Amino acid sequence: MTSMLPYAVTHPIRGLAVAMAATVLFAASAIHATAAPPAGSMKVVDITKFAFAPKEITVAPGTKIVWTNHDDTPHSVAANDKSFASKGLDTDDRFEHVFVGEGDFNYICTVHPFMTGVVHVRK
Amino acid sequence: MNTMENRITRRQALSCLATWTGAAVVWTVAGGVPRALGATGDGMPAPAGNGDLTFVQISDTHIGFRKDANPDVVGSLRRAIGDINGLPQTPAFVVHTGDVSHLSKPEEFGKAREVLQEIRVDRVHTIPGEHDTIDDGATGYLRYFDHDGRGKSWYSFDHAGVHFVGLNNVLNFKLGTMAALGDDQIAWLKGDLANVSHSTPIVVLGHIPLWTIWEPWGWGTADSAQAMALLRPYGSVTVLNGHIHQVLQKVEGNVALHTAKSLAYPLPTPGQAGIGEPGPVTVPARELGKLLGIRQVNVVRGRHDLALIDTPLDH
Repeated sequence: MTSMLPYAVTHPIRGLAVAMAATVLFAASAIHATAAPPAGSMKVVDITKFAFAPKEITVAPGTKIVWTNHDDTPHSVAANDKSFASKGLDTDDRFEHVFVGEGDFNYICTVHPFMTGVVHVRK
Repeated sequence: MNTMENRITRRQALSCLATWTGAAVVWTVAGGVPRALGATGDGMPAPAGNGDLTFVQISDTHIGFRKDANPDVVGSLRRAIGDINGLPQTPAFVVHTGDVSHLSKPEEFGKAREVLQEIRVDRVHTIPGEHDTIDDGATGYLRYFDHDGRGKSWYSFDHAGVHFVGLNNVLNFKLGTMAALGDDQIAWLKGDLANVSHSTPIVVLGHIPLWTIWEPWGWGTADSAQAMALLRPYGSVTVLNGHIHQVLQKVEGNVALHTAKSLAYPLPTPGQAGIGEPGPVTVPARELGKLLGIRQVNVVRGRHDLALIDTPLDH
């Protein structure tokens, strides 16, 4: 199967900001000896059969979520509050986003808006 | 990807294919009630009468798609173009009801425009599908297909006494809903139709069906009822849709709605058992040409009924 050039994935500037925020968080947690998650914690969400799996996920602040499209049809990942948005993801393309602050982040595939998911970020 | 043999029994698959692979059927829509005139045995549409308006609908070319369900979508489009260029009566124009591209990439739009120019007609009217608006709404699409230079992906024109309306119903969605026309476009449509007499035949182009076929797959338009309310007073309205890669129809009063075959790959029937999502269906290579096709539309002068002739690539 021929694959298209992957063209999604990273936001360099946002990634840098997230890395800095994670460093600050880590430093703060070290000082106060709290149980902050280790920097670089990662979770995976699969896009398959026109659905996000898992559809609902709860992660700690600082977690990076990586979405991968396994369908032959393009999909996208776009937050309802516009805090993150991928470009169109062809087969095997990935998109990642680091969730810094707590909150509930509803998102959809803008190509197929009936596809919904939610990320809960909790300490 | 859906591979039918892997998901349902061979008998079920053959049964399913049998419903998809019939010869082209000639439809006439008289008084808002469609009536099958019979199948075209050799697959070639009957010639229209002199002076009648004839145009062709193609849809869902998905230029850029190269997966197993159809590794050569440009080849499929060129086969269709051969059929169109060979029609006994040259069509006035061609309409393309969306998903011109697969991934909204500039090179896909460029390739599509280049190949569509091989059709020997004066013009091809396109509307965007959701595959044409992936990253930046209709902006990228309009760089290649801004038909009237207004920078809008909806438009109207008149030809031979028929009023044509092209719509964009693939954006304006809310969380978890179907896509919609949106308030701006509904307002535009109201204003556009205000200048059209109720006796004028109207042909509406919209990518996603303007009636709800299968909501769990987004096969419908969230605010189609508002558009239908504007169209209902007219004596002859024909809505031509794409998106679902198969021929279905519905009649509401004087409004006849028809979906069309794709030129790229088949999709499951609405909510088809054994297939949980509307992804490309891979069939044996020899079957593909029976599932793709074009549609000729004849508007007979003096009658408010349109004859639709669907012809598969294999005929």
